[in-house]
Amino acid sequence: MTSLLVWSLAVPIGGALLAFVVGGRRVHWFALATLPIGLAIAIAIAAALSRSSGPLLYLIGGWSPPLGVALRADWLSAIMMVITAVVICGIAAFACGDFISPRPAEARRPFAFWILLLALWSALNLVFLSGDLFTLYVALELLVFSAVPLVCLDGRAETLRAALRYLLFALLGSVLYLVGTGLLYGACGTLDIDLLAACLRPEPVTLVAASLMTAGLLAKTALFPLYLWLPAAHAGAPPAASAVLSALVVKGSFFVAVRLWFFVMPALPGEAATQVMSALAAAAIVFASLLALRQDRLKLLVAYSTLAQIGYIFLMFALAFDEGSGRMVQGSALVGGMMQAISHATAKAGMFMAAGMIYASLGHDRISELGGIARAAPLAALTFLLAGLALIGPPSSGVYLAKTLLLRAADNTGQWWWAGVLQVGGVLTSAYLILVVAHALAPMRRAPTPGHAAIPRLQQAAALALVLCSLVLGLVPWQPWLPLPVAMSGHGPLGLAALWSMLWPILIGVPVAYLLGRRGNRRPWRVALWLEDADRLLRQWPTAGASLVAVAVALAAAMFFGR
Amino acid sequence: MTIIEALDIGLAFLVLGVAGWTIAAHEAFTAVIGYVVYGLLLALVWVRLFALDVALTEAAIGSGVTGVLLISAAVRLRASEAEMMHERLGIAPRLVAAALCLVAAAALAAVVLDMPDPGATLAPQARQPLAELGLGNAITAVLIAYRAFDTMLEKVVLVLAVIGVWSLSTDANWGGLAGPTRLERTEGPLAFLAQLLPPLGIIVALHIVWVGANEPGGAFQGGALLSAMALIVLMARLREAPAIGRRWLRVALISGPVVFLAIGLLGFALAGGFLAYPLGFAKPVIVFIEVFMTLSVAATLPMLVIGPPDRRPS
Repeated sequence: MTSLLVWSLAVPIGGALLAFVVGGRRVHWFALATLPIGLAIAIAIAAALSRSSGPLLYLIGGWSPPLGVALRADWLSAIMMVITAVVICGIAAFACGDFISPRPAEARRPFAFWILLLALWSALNLVFLSGDLFTLYVALELLVFSAVPLVCLDGRAETLRAALRYLLFALLGSVLYLVGTGLLYGACGTLDIDLLAACLRPEPVTLVAASLMTAGLLAKTALFPLYLWLPAAHAGAPPAASAVLSALVVKGSFFVAVRLWFFVMPALPGEAATQVMSALAAAAIVFASLLALRQDRLKLLVAYSTLAQIGYIFLMFALAFDEGSGRMVQGSALVGGMMQAISHATAKAGMFMAAGMIYASLGHDRISELGGIARAAPLAALTFLLAGLALIGPPSSGVYLAKTLLLRAADNTGQWWWAGVLQVGGVLTSAYLILVVAHALAPMRRAPTPGHAAIPRLQQAAALALVLCSLVLGLVPWQPWLPLPVAMSGHGPLGLAALWSMLWPILIGVPVAYLLGRRGNRRPWRVALWLEDADRLLRQWPTAGASLVAVAVALAAAMFFGR
Repeated sequence: MTIIEALDIGLAFLVLGVAGWTIAAHEAFTAVIGYVVYGLLLALVWVRLFALDVALTEAAIGSGVTGVLLISAAVRLRASEAEMMHERLGIAPRLVAAALCLVAAAALAAVVLDMPDPGATLAPQARQPLAELGLGNAITAVLIAYRAFDTMLEKVVLVLAVIGVWSLSTDANWGGLAGPTRLERTEGPLAFLAQLLPPLGIIVALHIVWVGANEPGGAFQGGALLSAMALIVLMARLREAPAIGRRWLRVALISGPVVFLAIGLLGFALAGGFLAYPLGFAKPVIVFIEVFMTLSVAATLPMLVIGPPDRRPS
């Protein structure tokens, strides 16, 4: 049964290599044939895990750590693998509308897209399964090298620039991660996660290693303020690629950070460092949500929304710290963070696809000219609206479950300020969604540019299915996999209190959207202009480079002096 | 202080000096030259640390192939370099950045110097199963046995890099040719070198691959040397690189990871697990894998250096 772990990697890699050598106009056949197998393997692993008493383990080549490397599947790996498989299948269905060679010959965009999609899938599965820090490094490299070309598939100059920025910044992150890995090997003589967890002590070398590796991973995940590459890269890619990048790729390095903090070195960071992490997350939520209000293009708004959501998934670090034992605890805060990650994965994939379909039917995605979209592309507009709702979190959704868990953790640990950030984030999310809806409901200003083909049914279905997935994630019986508190199973999802918890952020969101949102040529508040200046500054190389070092230094200082 | 120690200290200062010069250089081209020199000096440092495998790799990849790649990139970027300088900070932010970097570097230096000597290592454990595998070089055992999986995946990364480079071509040139065009008549020192060197280089490369099982060397170093020979021939414009649509090129590019993966999966049937080698046959299987990995590396690196296809197949 444990050999399934190997097959979950070998199948997409094999598919990608075969597609590369056979090529031709039917490259997508290999990908489409691989999808159901990969999905079945992921589900089989999750099923096997629910029956097993501990994590599933596979020793590659029969060599046991520390000499060899192990694959391990625990509950974190299982849920991430299944959701990844589902999202990849949805994205592949959507991509059938855009990435099939029209001519009998092999074409550039389909060839690259389908092979990279499979490679990316195997990289993510490796991230989720690997039990070794160096194998994780290889997985992150696989991830970057399959993600970067997706950014510039259109071949326009600005997307090339975005891809290059992404590549360079992600490689800087890799270098920091690798240096830290080397230091940990020097300290313990092993890179196996379980063996390291037993060996690591809070001493200078391990703390420096931990802060360097974390800073590197944050750069790859684009947590505030290390996001110079993300808006242009995610907004400039073709819709299917944007969906992969936003929904899945940033979760890869996030997952490695979780492995590092909760599994490799739960006792190392100490309280102050967790507060630093959550402070960055809080800054990301507020700053990026406000900037989302200031965008004039829909895809950029969605990209800034991703930045804010990356903040949400990192907020749990302070909430998961147990003061008594001085360790990171794998409890409800961690579950909340992971739930937020998978809910965002499904909702954001659908949202980017919807934005892509809106672009396709209007010939542009300027928010101020979205009027009449509900008539021109009703299903795409509906999908976008539902995806936005899924991010706000109606009672059946995964986001609602995540928020409940995080708020409860904040309550239990007495950290009301992070609960406040969560609520403010909810209001701001509502605000930028309302801004889009308000423009979409306006009457059509001019007829849509003629010559745009109808949106394929399959694309509409795929996007809607993923969004609906996110909307019902809160109803899934998670108990066999997640360490959920027992009381959670009985939360009344349709109670009045639950509904009110979703309604009030929307009600406050209306005036916020009115005051801060970009509306035509109206002169904005000065605060909004300052925010835009700060955003431009943070997206420049020198600032981003200095911020990267500053984050590493701040984390190290917090780990040294804040324990 | 012996003469060797004096040379070592001199080498250390030289490495630092060249590194500083590379960072301070204003033009990309100057920095690249500094980087190549730095790589060669670093290879010498590895030799002095008795890490011959690393030294070979550093010389071949770190300064060799990467050097060629960076030089051609720097030449291509020369025209747009001035435009890129606008993202420049004022003096105060630069001082802050410098201070941050100094703190980070000092912390790193302090913890490295503070590490126990000798540090924690798996080297003795890595040598124990060597006889069973029929190998003499522990590094090869790490790469092809204990951490075979990582090595296989690194080769997949190389294929992805090729796809990434190719995807930068235009739709019209897809399947076409990349790199310098062939000249009808070639003369001069480069053409002479390109005819003289490859036979020697190929023999040395095969030797490096073959001895890799027992001594420093192996698929990556041998493959890098082969790719250097291919690059000389391409740059002397004696031959053109094959069109990227050619089936044999694609087979060569993926042969390493595919053979590796196939043998790994055969392990389920023959040796009781993924990437396990059958008892007593480990050495021939490992050499078999290394041959195809060499082929893959030798095909990949030149394709990465010459860039995306820029003309249709003739």
